[in-house]
Amino acid sequence: MKLLQALADGAVVAKRNLIKIKRVPDLLVFSTAAPIMFVLLFAYVFGGSIQIPGMDYREFLMAGIFAQTVLFGATITGSGLAEDMTKGIIDRFRSLPMARSAVLVGRTTSDLVNNALVIVIMMITGLIVGWRIHSSPLEALAAVGILLLFAYAFSWAMAWIGLLVRSPEVFNNASFIFIFPITYIANTFVQSENLPAGLRHVAEWNPVSAVTLAARELFGNTSPLQTPPDVWPLQHPVLASLGWVVVFLLIFVPLANYQYKRAVAR
Amino acid sequence: MTDAIVAEGLVKRYGSVVALDGLDLTVPEGTITGLLGPNGAGKTTAVRVFTTLLEADEGSARVAGLDVRKQADELRTKIGLSGQYAAVDDNLTGFENLDMVGRLYHLGRARSRERARELLARFDLEDAADRPVKGYSGGMRRRLDLAGALVAKPTVLFLDEPTTGLDPRSRLGMWDVIEELVKGGTTLLLTTQYLEEADRLADQIAVIDHGRVIAEGTADQLKDQVGGERLELSVATSAELSTAAGTLAGLAVGQIDADDRQNHLTVPVTGGSSVLMEAIRRLDAESVKVLDIGLRRPTLDDVFLALTGHVADDSAQGEQK
Ligand SMILES: Nc1ncnc2c1ncn2[C@@H]1O[C@H](COP(=O)(O)OP(=O)(O)OP(=O)(O)O)[C@@H](O)[C@H]1O
Ligand SMILES: [Mg+2]
Repeated sequence: MKLLQALADGAVVAKRNLIKIKRVPDLLVFSTAAPIMFVLLFAYVFGGSIQIPGMDYREFLMAGIFAQTVLFGATITGSGLAEDMTKGIIDRFRSLPMARSAVLVGRTTSDLVNNALVIVIMMITGLIVGWRIHSSPLEALAAVGILLLFAYAFSWAMAWIGLLVRSPEVFNNASFIFIFPITYIANTFVQSENLPAGLRHVAEWNPVSAVTLAARELFGNTSPLQTPPDVWPLQHPVLASLGWVVVFLLIFVPLANYQYKRAVAR
Repeated sequence: MTDAIVAEGLVKRYGSVVALDGLDLTVPEGTITGLLGPNGAGKTTAVRVFTTLLEADEGSARVAGLDVRKQADELRTKIGLSGQYAAVDDNLTGFENLDMVGRLYHLGRARSRERARELLARFDLEDAADRPVKGYSGGMRRRLDLAGALVAKPTVLFLDEPTTGLDPRSRLGMWDVIEELVKGGTTLLLTTQYLEEADRLADQIAVIDHGRVIAEGTADQLKDQVGGERLELSVATSAELSTAAGTLAGLAVGQIDADDRQNHLTVPVTGGSSVLMEAIRRLDAESVKVLDIGLRRPTLDDVFLALTGHVADDSAQGEQK
């Protein structure tokens, strides 16, 4: 009963955040404009010079684009919370008999919905530039599911950072320090095998690589000419991705909740 | 009559700043209490402790019979808060804001909507109900925020500087709204820097400075603490000033204060208008030309000055937000 009530409170807060996306559409436009530019840039400009054995680069590219898009989408959790912290609305929430968790649950949930919307837009973009799904609908759905699950878990990490810095501007700068390496020192845009040794190890164990490879395999965007690197996460990308999701949630849900309490009790 | 708010020895420190320094306060049920104090006195801190937003370092407080620390969850169903800065969401419409608050009070979908419409009508926001709050004026925001505090018909209501930043007309409107509201029996704790506001609205006033209550009582009781009636008069020349002082010495019940730069005389008296008549008669007999004469009761300004050693409105001007 109490849990249901808490979820209902979270839904009310999520609805509030989604109304903002509807009313200030710049947010959605900007969170899709950049990845669309990336698709065009890599598909038509850089793509010609990147060779992937046994397949067209655009087929290879899209799973990486999806991963990048949802990671960037998850940063909205941090900036959104940091912004709320500067406003009086949190005091209103805290004076109400609502679940304490609702602000964070609502925030991460609305960003999940936003990410689902963005991933659909990106899939359509992919289809337009020549990307195709070569697997069953169920597998394709599983790919989307893993991308969104990972983004959801990542949202909690962003929530923690957003509550730590408590200023949307600082958050945007701080999160890039974090988000650039995790997105690009990976197999998102190139094969990790082609990276220099040091970076290659980082890329192979980077959670984003596992997620990207899981999506690539589930969409059927791989060729028999490629064998995944001989490290456990890339041999079992689906399992590894789900493992990372659990690890992220276990670490960052408590951290974010703890930081929320600290940030508001002043 | 039971007490809606009882605070004992509340202390709250921010590093070396002591925001609350042993605050004691009792607010009887069904009354309006004004918490009056200059900037930084600790008004907002006290309200935040009472509304469970902040935990005090020391001391205890009960609101509506519930401990603010141990029974915070239950207490939140019984209180309404309109903080110093309007806590409304800019991107939502007025209706959506109130509907959301209703849902979070767990009124249910239908009841939340109904209550939102009711309150929008009551606060004269019907026309703006479906516009995003971003486009509201300061006064409209304030009214919406106050409406938010009333959604669940709280038994104890907290308003932190409800009229700061409003123009005089909106302020009068807000006063009417507040007076209307407490006719229903709600207990109200109101903070203000404006003496006039406390005088007009509050049944009981607690003057607070440096985190503690330095005086308590009705407006009249506070005024009596400072002294009774005074006769004030102005004359044209300093020669006449000393004549007048001599003439009125027999009526004074305390020290006569003569200001020879302004040629102004303040004489503490008792007896009301008959003293005034007598004074005029005596002055006339001595042919003193009086420019202006009147009987004055002390204002809360005088009270404030006497209690804190500084004028409330002066210190308030410094950091108007
Ligand atoms: N979060 C905080 N961190 C540090 N100091 C604080 C904090 N909140 C309040 N203070 C300090 O505590 C004291 C009391 O502040 P408070 O906001 O309660 O005053 P106030 O009476 O509401 O004043 P005002 O009329 O300006 O609203 C002030 O000296 C203030 O600087
Ligand atoms: Mg204040």
